[in-house]
Amino acid sequence: MVEHGDIRVVHRGGSKINFREPVLSHDSRLLLCASGECVKVFSSSTEECVHDLQGHTDLVTGVLLNPSNHLQAYSCSADGTVRLWDFTDGILIKVQLHCHHVSVQPLSVSVFSLLMCMCVTLTRLLSSSQGEYIASAKGLHLEVYFFKKQKFSLKEDNKKGAKNTFTCLSCHPKDDCIATGHEDGKIRLWRNFNHKREYTYSTLHWHHSAVSSVRFTPEGTNLLSGGVESVLVQWRYNQETQKDFLPRLGAAITHIAVSPDGELFCTAHSDNKLTVIQSCVKVSAVIQGLVKGESVRTDLMVDPRSKALVLNGKPGHLQFYSLQRDKQLYNLDIVQQEYIHESGLQQFEVVKAAFDTRGNWLATVEERKQKDSTLELNLKLWAYDEQTQSFVLNTTVSGPHEARITAMCFCHTADSQTTMLVSASQDGHFKAWQLESNHYFYEGPFWSCDFVGAYHSLVPECCCFSADGSLLAISFQEVVTVWSPASWELLTTLSQPPGAIRDLCFGRQSCSKYLLGTTAKNLLCCWNLLTCTLEWSTSMDVSLLLSDPLSENMAAFCSHAGCTDLFVFKPSEPRPLFSHKAICSGKVTRAVFAPREEMLESCEESSQWLNRSQLYFLTQYMVNIPLVIDDSVAVTPFYLLLGKHRQQQQEKQDRSFSAERNQLPQGSVAIKELLHTPAHVLPSASFLCSMFVRSLLISEKKSEEEEMESDKEEESECEMEASTMGQGQTAEAQETAAPALTKAQARELRRVKKLDHSWLSSLLDS
Amino acid sequence: MASFKPTKIQVYPKLGEKVTQDTLYWKNYKAPVQIKEFGAVTNIDFSPVAPHNYAVTAFTRIHIYGPFSQEPVKSFTRFKDTAYCGRFRSDGQLLVAGCEDSVVRLFDVSGKVALRMFKGHTKAVRVTDFTSDRYHILTGSDDYTCRLWDIPNSTELTSYQEHTDYIRCGITSKLNRDLFITGSYDHTLKLFDARVNKSVMTMDHGQPVESLLLYPSEGLLVSAGGRYVKVWDLLKGGQPLVSLKNHHKTVTCLCLSSNGQRLLSASLDRHVKVYNTTNYKVVHNFDYAASILSLGLAPDDESIVVGMTNGILSIKHRKSSEETKEISGQQKRRPAYRVFVKGKNYVPKQDDYLVSKPVKQHLAKYDKQLKRFNVSKALDTALETWTRFRKPEITVAVIKELDRRGTLKNALAGRDERGLSQLLNFLVGNLVDPRFAPVLVPATEMILDIYQSVIGQSPVVDVQLQRLQDLLEREIGYQQDLLEVLGMLDTMFTSSLPRKEVPCSGISRPNGLAQGDASAPGPQPQAT
Repeated sequence: MVEHGDIRVVHRGGSKINFREPVLSHDSRLLLCASGECVKVFSSSTEECVHDLQGHTDLVTGVLLNPSNHLQAYSCSADGTVRLWDFTDGILIKVQLHCHHVSVQPLSVSVFSLLMCMCVTLTRLLSSSQGEYIASAKGLHLEVYFFKKQKFSLKEDNKKGAKNTFTCLSCHPKDDCIATGHEDGKIRLWRNFNHKREYTYSTLHWHHSAVSSVRFTPEGTNLLSGGVESVLVQWRYNQETQKDFLPRLGAAITHIAVSPDGELFCTAHSDNKLTVIQSCVKVSAVIQGLVKGESVRTDLMVDPRSKALVLNGKPGHLQFYSLQRDKQLYNLDIVQQEYIHESGLQQFEVVKAAFDTRGNWLATVEERKQKDSTLELNLKLWAYDEQTQSFVLNTTVSGPHEARITAMCFCHTADSQTTMLVSASQDGHFKAWQLESNHYFYEGPFWSCDFVGAYHSLVPECCCFSADGSLLAISFQEVVTVWSPASWELLTTLSQPPGAIRDLCFGRQSCSKYLLGTTAKNLLCCWNLLTCTLEWSTSMDVSLLLSDPLSENMAAFCSHAGCTDLFVFKPSEPRPLFSHKAICSGKVTRAVFAPREEMLESCEESSQWLNRSQLYFLTQYMVNIPLVIDDSVAVTPFYLLLGKHRQQQQEKQDRSFSAERNQLPQGSVAIKELLHTPAHVLPSASFLCSMFVRSLLISEKKSEEEEMESDKEEESECEMEASTMGQGQTAEAQETAAPALTKAQARELRRVKKLDHSWLSSLLDS
Repeated sequence: MASFKPTKIQVYPKLGEKVTQDTLYWKNYKAPVQIKEFGAVTNIDFSPVAPHNYAVTAFTRIHIYGPFSQEPVKSFTRFKDTAYCGRFRSDGQLLVAGCEDSVVRLFDVSGKVALRMFKGHTKAVRVTDFTSDRYHILTGSDDYTCRLWDIPNSTELTSYQEHTDYIRCGITSKLNRDLFITGSYDHTLKLFDARVNKSVMTMDHGQPVESLLLYPSEGLLVSAGGRYVKVWDLLKGGQPLVSLKNHHKTVTCLCLSSNGQRLLSASLDRHVKVYNTTNYKVVHNFDYAASILSLGLAPDDESIVVGMTNGILSIKHRKSSEETKEISGQQKRRPAYRVFVKGKNYVPKQDDYLVSKPVKQHLAKYDKQLKRFNVSKALDTALETWTRFRKPEITVAVIKELDRRGTLKNALAGRDERGLSQLLNFLVGNLVDPRFAPVLVPATEMILDIYQSVIGQSPVVDVQLQRLQDLLEREIGYQQDLLEVLGMLDTMFTSSLPRKEVPCSGISRPNGLAQGDASAPGPQPQAT
């Protein structure tokens, strides 16, 4: 009965929300921003995502309010279309196809017509509010186009290496004044430009590096500017010596937007964040997306407590990101230092992080490498505090190793008394850290070094604990050493030259006697730890190997010819459980198995491995496909119900002639309706339940009856059947005769007819 | 908007001894009062009765000091030669002392002239003591004899001639009037019973015995001689219990703290060590300026009196609990309680609109400057005299923070002679500290780069630079020595570790070449 759901890759969000300037609605309640292939509508007060305007098939390049209707907005995309939306209800109104296949960027709307500009190389374009002219800046030129007159050009001389390149501009809503931002941090106010050769400008200077956005408020009384310093500066128009600051906004400001009534400002930041600021220069809301720095230095992890995805976020922080809600839960400040917003400065970065099994401890490594000075390393251990529901710093080890830490892992035993952390470093040593209870100097438990090990002064590359915590495998280039953490004895060495070990993984559950390793020379090896021999090995270029913590399955990503293939296998079985060719283009850099909230009961062999957990992976081109999920179609009770009805109706349609039913393309609309209908309007659960139970039974004999009755009656048939089980025989006897109903049945029918079942009809029609 | 994150000051564990209950107890003494005597202080004895005056025997005099006076309450000067071992009787009325001229003198504490003179010894009398019945005196002399004298008749009762060398210490039992113990340079301790005419027990200390001590229960005897302190169980027939060797010179004096839980030993190595009497571990240590000859502890450990070879008497009084409180009270003068509770207990009414007061973040002075990006001023604040000397980690943390911001060079540049010499002074003091060196070495290099051009213009700065150079040369020498020692230790450890073959799987070592590599000791566990 259950349809086999294909395993497919689903984009699970985490897209940029700071790509283009956000737009505030007229009443300042809603905030629109382009996010990947859709437009997101946020509430500016509660920070929640209200609507997801989906429809574009490529990157959305701009969003703009419709000047003639304040409840509508235009969006344009790289797929060449412009769409008009009712953003309060999330409905698509109109699609305008644009012939050109260049990215379209509407920048301004004049009073009478929608103006669109092809932006290929232009920096910025803006028109004045009266719609008299358009200003555009490119390189060292500022050009003003008058609608009535001809083009007018202003030129800024590049004198003596001064970096005068234009970066942004804004037109004053009332006066003839254009504010431009420059790369050297200056803001120039241009005036009197409608007379040839007589233009003047004045300069404002506060920013120390490039101004990334300038914006006049709707009344024209203030000018807002922002840049890499992450300080929002508010200049008084005509009294430029007075200015207000809003410092420490977290990351460099990329865009500034102002609501049409001037009540709210909104700044977009380089760390994928939108900040809503009240006009009294006070932050009122922060909308934070998934932060993607230059690279994901820490591995992807799943917090055992909150089931959130954990990776390094903005500099010096670890972000906890909810996979279900596509929302950042919180940021954990690891470095705990004032971040200096200045380009070219070496900052501390979180490079490694690890959780223990129960989520009680978090270990992080931060490093800072300054040219021609020693590497600064800090190992920090964080304890989970039940009261504050977050991690609290317990121990800081400054300089745990002399060189970079290559791998770090916690001992995975759930029931052991002692917790252990192993870190391996490029200085040729690995260290075991253990929780100690008492010391004369420190109160409470703290971590200290328990053991330092080395092997032939080779560099340890990866380390892994077995599932029961009794073995520790550490790879030294092409040799795998197996240690006993209880006595710190070297038990055995395994090696498969040539090629250094790239990844190391112990089998889980029934396969815990196997140790798997991948080498740089395209080999996947599996050693049996009972016999200390190579069980099997196969030649494949595995770029990433990981094991599911909840089952014995392993996933291997193999990259070749620009694509990545996924194999899921059990170490004990020669045949892979699942394989998917070309799961994505480019290399998969990070992946993680995330446990499902509730287990699935899929019996299909190829999708069984996804019953307990989902596989998330991160590709190289994070900008386009940031986070992808491998998932089978969810099998829910509703799916069962609908699937059955659909099949029944299919049969019916074959036989009967009541062809009025129009099949909906998919059951999702009915499900959505069912789920979105408020609970107080729905029929009682007992009513739904009995229907559901009936639907599970095979109802061959009722087919003729069903033919004659409408949808509603079919539903009532189910009801009737449930209520009059004893009369089943009589009903059957009457089947061949005219459908004369018993009194009880007639009453029941009437009662059912009175109920409003319109939603159910659509459900059944589907 | 996040608030300013203050500079993180690294917390370093305090080096040196750990803080225990004992350390707190024995540290709770005031600065010592020092009194110059005429010669080496050989004996200190506390009067058993209040106000617990103490007799100090030094050269030809015995001074009696009151518990708090720095001037002697009383002096006995009628000795022809060096006096020895002035001791009080258990009622505190009489005092007995031996002398180099072999005469034993008995004084009334209130009088001046000797009440009795006991003549009979042929050489210097180094040991005198009263028996517990108060009527007899025990003496021990360099003529190898010890004698008992009757006070009323001033006659000799018995003489024991069993020791074969000088008798330099002796003690009478406080519980039995007939028992006394003497220690001699012939390495033996002898327990005598006055009722029989020979010793009843002999113990071999192994070194010339310098001092004896009986526990209040008199079941245990402590003897000191050479570098050893030994404890004997008298009830088991003089069985040795423990032997302690914590001093590196002769132990000269023993003392028991008032509750009997701690044993103190003083030595010529200028240390006084405090032992726990249950496990005989050293729990505390006092250092003195010169070799210690005598030690006295007032009842209830109210004061520790130490006499040294250079004639200095050092007295440490215990801090009274009021005083310690007073000092802490003065340091932390705070507003009154009602200032804090003012308005706090106000319950808002039903329609009141609560306006929360913004909490103002308190920042240190240097953080305030850092927040405003005033880098030079921030460094100036961190280099203030108190911070520089008392909390160098703050200065180092600020330098580190400036380095992280990339503005250390700006902060260091543009200093005048005073500022620069202050900075160099700090570097000379802390550069070689291994905790600070990673931060300070780049800073020093920067300073040298910046001020290279002005070297030779100021004598003050030049002196500091010279000091810095000397310091670095010395440090390089130390490092070289340490590396040599490390190399030696490595060789020793490698040869002493048992070689263990690691089982290898058959396929992992395909050829003999790899085997040769494996013959070197594989894993080198290093204990940390």
